[in-house]
Amino acid sequence: MVTLDKTDFAIMRATQAGLPLVSQPYQHIAAQLGLDVEQVMARMAVMQSHGIIRRIGAVPNHYKLGYRFNGMTVWNIPDDVIDELGEKVGRLDFVSHCYHRPRHLPEWPYNLFAMVHGKSQQDVDKQIQQIADVLGASNQGSDVLYSTKILKKTGFRSS
Amino acid sequence: MLTPLHKQLLNDFQRDFPLSPTPYRDIAEAIGVSEADVLSALSDLNANNFISRIGPIIPPNHIGVSTLVAMAVPEAQLQAVADKISAYPEINHNYEREHRFNLWFVAIASDAAHLNAVITAIEQECGYRCLQLPLLDDFFIDLGFKLDMSHA
Repeated sequence: MVTLDKTDFAIMRATQAGLPLVSQPYQHIAAQLGLDVEQVMARMAVMQSHGIIRRIGAVPNHYKLGYRFNGMTVWNIPDDVIDELGEKVGRLDFVSHCYHRPRHLPEWPYNLFAMVHGKSQQDVDKQIQQIADVLGASNQGSDVLYSTKILKKTGFRSS
Repeated sequence: MLTPLHKQLLNDFQRDFPLSPTPYRDIAEAIGVSEADVLSALSDLNANNFISRIGPIIPPNHIGVSTLVAMAVPEAQLQAVADKISAYPEINHNYEREHRFNLWFVAIASDAAHLNAVITAIEQECGYRCLQLPLLDDFFIDLGFKLDMSHA
């Protein structure tokens, strides 16, 4: 893993609210930071090649686009198969995030998290069934938590 | 109302937004419209909140130390507790969910000591325990999200 320096952090901070909608957005960011535009683009390219930047693009607002049913599905999967099954669930095209997280027994038995988004309850039910099919007998319990309210959502900030 | 250009920009540029001096012009040339069309369509999408932003997306845990936190809060106090938590600059997502654990937020800090201090401060201020669920593994290969635009 590469180490980011102050300049890299400054670039990430300056771009997390979004690139400006001007003809030369990277130039705009560079000027703001007192850097050369070539330097900004080169550093972003390096961060992207190392996976520190996962992608550059538009971040759609699922809810506003009609995806009103956003479920956090959580599953209890035996530890010895979670990597294999997590990869499979992460590959389903309707899953937007798929993570392994620790259990907290007894109140929280779930260790696999997969976010699904649908335009109807029926869509989401089908997606959950598809995940269950992938997990098969390794699914030792599951739940779905729907978001009722977004109370705060911002991009990365370093403090 | 979404035009075909809006839909194309939404679906085809969730990744591979050009890292070039004039990215909007490059997109315009690739899809056969003017740079002004692209800028105005993106500005519409922004203004109507169809996109939250255009920019680099950072996977969790690559910068700083973070954890997902779940909290069980009595319904009557939920908004007040959520407001207290959202006020922390270290909190960048905060969702109400239908569950006994009804408040879910992400805390991110520069290092583990700072993160622990934030969690402790939140527990003391709110009076409820933070169930910490940090990321152990990310299984997702992020190719963007295929949007079904048929009824958008």
